Amino acid sequence: MSMLQITDLSVTFGGLHALKDLQFEVDEGEIVSVIGPNGAGKTTFFNMISGMVTPTAGDIVFEGESLLGLDPSQVTERGIARTFQNVRLFANMTILENVMVAQHCRTDQRVFGALFQTQAFKAEEDAIRKYGEEVLSFFGSRLVGYRLDQPASVLSYANRRRLEIARAMATRPRLLLLDEPVAGMNPRESAELTELIGRLRSEWGFTIVMIEHDMSVVRDVSDRVVVLDHGETIAQGPYSQVANDPKVIEAYLGRPVGSEQTDEEVRP
Amino acid sequence: MTATSENLSMVETPGVAWRKQIRFALIGALSSAFIALAGMPVGLDGRSIIQPVLSMGFLSLLWVPFVLATIAGSEVVLEGMTARTRDSKDLLAGGIVGLGSAGGLVLLMVLIQNFNLRDPLVNWSPQLLNLLSFNRSLAVGGLLWVLLGLILGVFGGAMHVLPKKLCSRIRTVVLSVFAVSVLETFLTDLLEGFRLEVLTDFVYYKRGGLEVGGALLVAALALLIPLLVGTRIRDVKKQVVDLPAEERKRVNLILLAVSAALLLVLPFFLGKIANELLANVGLFVLLALGLNVVVGLAGILDLGYVAFFAVGGYTTAVLTSPNSPGFSPELPWPIALIVVVVLTGIVGLFIGAPVIRMRGDYLAIVTLGFGEIIRLLFLSDWLSGWFGGAQGITNIPGVDVGIGTVKGTDPRSVFLLVLVFCAIAIYVSWRLENSRLGRAWMAIREDEDVAEAMGVNTTNTKLMAFVVGAVLASFSGAIFSAKVGSIFPTSFLMLVSIIILVVVIVGGMGNIAGVIVGALVLIGVLGGPKQPGLLQEFSQFKLLIYGALLVWMMLKRPEGLVPNVRRTRELHQDEFLQDAWLKGEIDTGDQEELS
Repeated sequence: MSMLQITDLSVTFGGLHALKDLQFEVDEGEIVSVIGPNGAGKTTFFNMISGMVTPTAGDIVFEGESLLGLDPSQVTERGIARTFQNVRLFANMTILENVMVAQHCRTDQRVFGALFQTQAFKAEEDAIRKYGEEVLSFFGSRLVGYRLDQPASVLSYANRRRLEIARAMATRPRLLLLDEPVAGMNPRESAELTELIGRLRSEWGFTIVMIEHDMSVVRDVSDRVVVLDHGETIAQGPYSQVANDPKVIEAYLGRPVGSEQTDEEVRP
Repeated sequence: MTATSENLSMVETPGVAWRKQIRFALIGALSSAFIALAGMPVGLDGRSIIQPVLSMGFLSLLWVPFVLATIAGSEVVLEGMTARTRDSKDLLAGGIVGLGSAGGLVLLMVLIQNFNLRDPLVNWSPQLLNLLSFNRSLAVGGLLWVLLGLILGVFGGAMHVLPKKLCSRIRTVVLSVFAVSVLETFLTDLLEGFRLEVLTDFVYYKRGGLEVGGALLVAALALLIPLLVGTRIRDVKKQVVDLPAEERKRVNLILLAVSAALLLVLPFFLGKIANELLANVGLFVLLALGLNVVVGLAGILDLGYVAFFAVGGYTTAVLTSPNSPGFSPELPWPIALIVVVVLTGIVGLFIGAPVIRMRGDYLAIVTLGFGEIIRLLFLSDWLSGWFGGAQGITNIPGVDVGIGTVKGTDPRSVFLLVLVFCAIAIYVSWRLENSRLGRAWMAIREDEDVAEAMGVNTTNTKLMAFVVGAVLASFSGAIFSAKVGSIFPTSFLMLVSIIILVVVIVGGMGNIAGVIVGALVLIGVLGGPKQPGLLQEFSQFKLLIYGALLVWMMLKRPEGLVPNVRRTRELHQDEFLQDAWLKGEIDTGDQEELS
């Protein structure tokens, strides 16, 4: 039984089919990359899994239970965390607070505990802080030390991306959705992050689905690649197979001039 | 980078910006004429600052040339630039601004003499003309104003030419004299509590304002005290900061305990008026602390906050008053309070539930509507069997606390009660801010969608902010109705919501100390919606000043008087990042690897 099973998933915005009858599954412990040209529906796909967009048809089953109709916070509670393509940190909260607030759904102290400073409240605060620091230290010296109490807005672009991943990790997920984790990073940084993504699976036991445009990252890290175009899966399989698929090359590069025009979209 | 800090420091700020001076001269002319036509000089003439030299009415005009000339003269010195040496041209610049301001008044005087526009402008009166021309002829009056404007303007410009230290001394002296004069009611009350009437009689004129001798004494003290203790306070402060964390904590605790004890003793040395005033301030501190949770922490712009104040007040009235028309259990106040808190919390949930799904502007408008709906329900004939409609509910008993009764006729007891509840509210705000819930509120304020995606149940969390805010407002409402003894729908106008919001904004959103300072300044000095402040004469201009203050704050200091660090960062993001960069705190990516 696969961890995440998506069947016949469709979503339409007005008349636009952002996703059409999508079939998708992820097994526990896999790293799957979702690739496709701009506007292929990759981010919509993530938004749908994380509950931010409601599908018009189809079903999303995570660990045997449907995610349909859940709020994003409930999806996170089930064990799916995500990052955002355009980094969206809580810029004026400190770095530590960013990962502390992400543990919200794993903790349960309320007004009473805070007002009377109960033992349980203090213990939980300590645990939240400790786990937050632990998550941050995964990225080596980049996010810890004197930076803990600095606002997230002082971080460099690459470190903001790292903090986003740390924040997602802090929700204690089983499935991690990474939306373009290395976008805007230089080759060395992306190589480093590629290695970290591998360690996220081996050390933390996360299953990972990631959207990525950087093909070297996709090649190095993923077990399986799924190619989306116009909201449909056009190919899937290991990288070497997908990379040579003519349909994939066509989707990325367009059809060579003068070739057969059979596709209905090309007709006037 | 081509420009290093060395060659940047060669750059001097450019000379006097004459265009800017002329712009400020025109602003000065308009402001002076506006203030005169708003009726401030005439309306405030009765209140003297220094008897018989200076009245509040004249002060309302005299600050214009001075302050505007100072503002017009200030120049931005960017990092790496050196400020130019100021010279006589700056005095001239100040003079121009001052002349402009005076010119506005002279023109107004000429116009008043020759035309009659009394119908649209109530203050277009011979009385104003007399006052402006110092009861002499137009020519003499005009000439005097030109001279005054010139002198004050040059003086304003001189604030940039004179040495910094001297300027700050002058500022301290002027502000102290003004403050001592404004705080007259309060200080007299306090000094009488210590049996020091002699001092009061010497300093203050018996019908308000400082005596000339008193003013000189205050000025001398303002000069001498900083000279004597100035550096010592800084030394002590430095010593405390240098202490190890443990001991610093202890020192802070002792300071807190001492100030709490002083506050608790204070009411016994104050007379009726001062206690009444501080009790009113306290009621607004409670309200503002509650709204601070909603607006400052969770970022929900609630413009109908008065609704919870009203529910708290009316529920207390119904439960305790024998005159309550529908249902009159005549409960003692403390028991009623429990019901009030629970009920207001529930009302918070009911109003919050539909409102919370909206965002930004829509939410603000809907809360505004709910605030009015609640008031209109209390006013309506439909519910007048319960709440008495426009007649309200009267004869609300005071709070029986065993050793005495807290009621409006004894402001001291009210102030003590308010203090206790303010302490509770401060504790609640402080603890919640630094908890899981507080972090969730902040995350929602920063980015609601992401907060939701990170596992924060935004609906519940925002509702919680609404409920906490409502409960704090209900404290205020409960004390208010016991204090006043009767309750009417007119006490809960939309204006109250706005004023509470202004208190929060002016004080400093998201900051407990800021909120308290905001309430002291606005409610204590200017007065609340119905409660008089120290400057009672100002009551008719209260809203004008509130508005002007709000605009000025939004432009110059959006983070409030006592800013919250986070909030400041948010509003001055660019400057903050630039500073961090200069201090080398900013993270520039892979430096550690490169080095």
